[in-house]
Amino acid sequence: MMNNKKGDKDLNLVIAGHVDHGKSTIIGRMLADTDSLPEGKLEQVKETCRKNSKPFEYAFLLDALKDEQAQGITIDSARVFFQTDYRQYIILDAPGHIEFLKNMVTGAARAEAALLVIDASEGVKENSRRHGYMLSMLGIKQIAVVVNKMDLVDYDEDTYNEIVAEYTDFLAELGMEAETFIPVSGMLGDNVADQSENMDWYHGKTVLEQLDSFENEDLPHNKPFRMPVQDVYKFTKGGDDRRIVAGTVGAGELNIGDEVVFYPSGKKSTVKTIEGFEEDKQHKVKVGKATGFTLDEQIYITRGELASRADEAEPMVSARIKANLFWLARQDLVKDKVYYLKVGTAKVKARLEKINRVIDASNLDQDESKEKIERHDVAEVVFKLDKAMAFDLAGEIEETSRFVVVDDFEIAGGGIISEAMEDEQSWVREKVMRRNYNWEQSLISREDRAEKYNQKSTLILITGEEDVGKKPTAKALEKRLFNDGKVVYFLGIGNLLYGVDADIKNGDNGHKEEHLRRLAEVSHLMLDAGAILVVTAVELSQSDLELIKTTVNPQQIETVWLGDKVTTDLEFDLHIPEFTSEDQVSSQIKGLLQDRGIIFRPW
Amino acid sequence: MDHLDKLESRSIHILREAYSEFNNICMLWSVGKDSTVMLWLARKAFFGHVPIPLVHIDTSYMIPEMIEHRDKLAKKWNLDMIYGQDEETLKAGNTFPNGQATHLECCGRLKTDALKNTLNGNWRRYRYNHNKDKYEVDDNREPYTGVIVGARADEEGSRSKERYFSPRDRNNDWDIGDQPPEFWDQYKTDFAPGTHVRIHPLLDWTELDVWEYIQREKIPMVSLYFDQGEGKRYRSLGCGPCTETIDSTASTVDEVVEELKTGKFSNIAERDGRAQDKEDGGGLEELRKDGYM
Repeated sequence: MMNNKKGDKDLNLVIAGHVDHGKSTIIGRMLADTDSLPEGKLEQVKETCRKNSKPFEYAFLLDALKDEQAQGITIDSARVFFQTDYRQYIILDAPGHIEFLKNMVTGAARAEAALLVIDASEGVKENSRRHGYMLSMLGIKQIAVVVNKMDLVDYDEDTYNEIVAEYTDFLAELGMEAETFIPVSGMLGDNVADQSENMDWYHGKTVLEQLDSFENEDLPHNKPFRMPVQDVYKFTKGGDDRRIVAGTVGAGELNIGDEVVFYPSGKKSTVKTIEGFEEDKQHKVKVGKATGFTLDEQIYITRGELASRADEAEPMVSARIKANLFWLARQDLVKDKVYYLKVGTAKVKARLEKINRVIDASNLDQDESKEKIERHDVAEVVFKLDKAMAFDLAGEIEETSRFVVVDDFEIAGGGIISEAMEDEQSWVREKVMRRNYNWEQSLISREDRAEKYNQKSTLILITGEEDVGKKPTAKALEKRLFNDGKVVYFLGIGNLLYGVDADIKNGDNGHKEEHLRRLAEVSHLMLDAGAILVVTAVELSQSDLELIKTTVNPQQIETVWLGDKVTTDLEFDLHIPEFTSEDQVSSQIKGLLQDRGIIFRPW
Repeated sequence: MDHLDKLESRSIHILREAYSEFNNICMLWSVGKDSTVMLWLARKAFFGHVPIPLVHIDTSYMIPEMIEHRDKLAKKWNLDMIYGQDEETLKAGNTFPNGQATHLECCGRLKTDALKNTLNGNWRRYRYNHNKDKYEVDDNREPYTGVIVGARADEEGSRSKERYFSPRDRNNDWDIGDQPPEFWDQYKTDFAPGTHVRIHPLLDWTELDVWEYIQREKIPMVSLYFDQGEGKRYRSLGCGPCTETIDSTASTVDEVVEELKTGKFSNIAERDGRAQDKEDGGGLEELRKDGYM
């Protein structure tokens, strides 16, 4: 889809390679030779050089920052714009110093093509390989290798050919192939914009010719529709009653009337309108567009769900993933530490479960015995997630297979998901997704009920050791809330056991889990009806809670541990160490509900 | 999608991420073309609403048309409009136009300090009351943890180093050498207490992109950008005493676009008429480290 308007063919370009191999020089030369510098810029830099008694170099054009010039290395993926007759380029300057790999990743992840610079006099170095590896992981498919500083090796063809052979082999191991190799001198301008007269043995393209022959990356049009939900907006100002599901289309397309399914919840509805602001009414929205749509039914979904179409392939949903990962942070990636994983707009707590192997990106050596992942390592790992999320696999839909790992407020690494693995809640989740998918929506929304009953429907789980006063507390709480006029219900476990659960035989495999699942499903119904539900259970563990959370919206659960001895790993919301009286304890729990805004607190 | 569509979608995506991920967020609006485009993008992102307060730093030396234009749009678009200023310096008169400060000192006080203290709530904020049609002292002095700014990478060297989500530490410092990685539409949205994040939705836009977008979307611009018959107009807006006009007869958006594409300005840096950039080798960068936009 080419047209002649400048802008549509713009190409994001990254320049990678080992430190001091001449990336900035090549860029400076391209800017100067294509007349792409703003008037005054060249003079300004030359003037700075004169003042500091330094010979002018093309690299200085990029080193606009003072401290950067002091260090003599490019420290960030600065964006630089230049134009050829054919199109505009945005250079995301990837620096070569090993300390700055995270800047290189920042630049390279958005590039459609890469120039990898290798110094002819130094040959293939650690970062020549590391950057090549990173480019392949980041999904850059078009790479041209620039063999720079040919002037320093007397424009020797054999030196050039050796580098070409060595690096071609390396790329082949990664399953990649360079578009071309070009011998140049950035300093003197050979083969950058103009064909060199010093290398009559080379008949290929100049750097600029190669750039112009890179193709613009096509957005994933012909893939199943995917849109990570950024938010659901309901701005009531000016009587606006639209409830808009907002996000950017990551793949495929969506039409009015399409059935959409949101994962991991599995909830389903039909697209009623496609919304915009000051634009013609749209019937279809395509990949790449930041958009929003309304639904026929008022289903409750939140940020982090992945929207897909019912008539297309569904995404994976799991709380365990296998992934290829690169690590950028100074702190190691270790087991027994809580991280956050971000996929699309979903963000979930995650723990490193297993390191399958660590790969040294600079020589592709593998290590299967490492217990931690260090800065600049690349590895195959398994993550266990706190709750399930929706994604696709690498090789199927790239956009939704990519994740980052957040450690201590910082993005510390990134990766691509290669496999959705079984987890403990898989069997429940499948049932829940089927339930949600087939859910018969009433005309009354969650908000309607909350407004009517003046409360947010919530499941209160009171747990602790046996005989610590859980049941008296639960009944007292029910009565207290009831007297306040709340819609509240105490659900005794025994009341389920001989009815809903009558067919489960103790001793059956997984009978405890099935009891829990049914308890959670019954709770789900009552919460949907708008009630506050009080349930007691003996020594609830975190994995029990996780099973319940798979079934009931985690935001609608409050847990209370009663008794001074905490005997499980449950992460509860409130701990009441001493059972003073049911009156007092139930009053404490009521306070929690008020704190959380579940019921109203008078001032 | 054409070039402007792509820029638009990315910026909207970033605005929505910022809105969802930060509790206390504001958008800086200088009334200039860039931040006005950003404001327009916010209206698109939120389907006609602007659920984010707009903060203007009023040096009191702003060209009067800018304040008029600000308040006109605030009313028309129902904006949550806030301004702050360095009342002490203004009272004492320690400014460049009074001959009591250099360019950089003046900017440092009226812009950088005022911005810092308006954002962190140390100084008074004034909020527009739509019912009474006037600004009132704002009770809310909570610090903003996310600040949306209309900086563009092509404006100037130091801006080309920014991230979309760029952290500032407790002292408002910007550690250029150690910025967070940013890839695959994932941004730094987690931050330690006391720090805040600058968000730059327009980072990828060029000056020409901005004007072509204004042209396409018919975004109302302050008249200062256009020649009013005297053969002069502003290319970049700031304080009256420190911003020069350029010789140009472009009197409409179309003419400005044409001039940028083909005319004498296609090769001259946009901020050429801004005095503070020239006073010292690294003027703007130093200001930016201190929190200047």
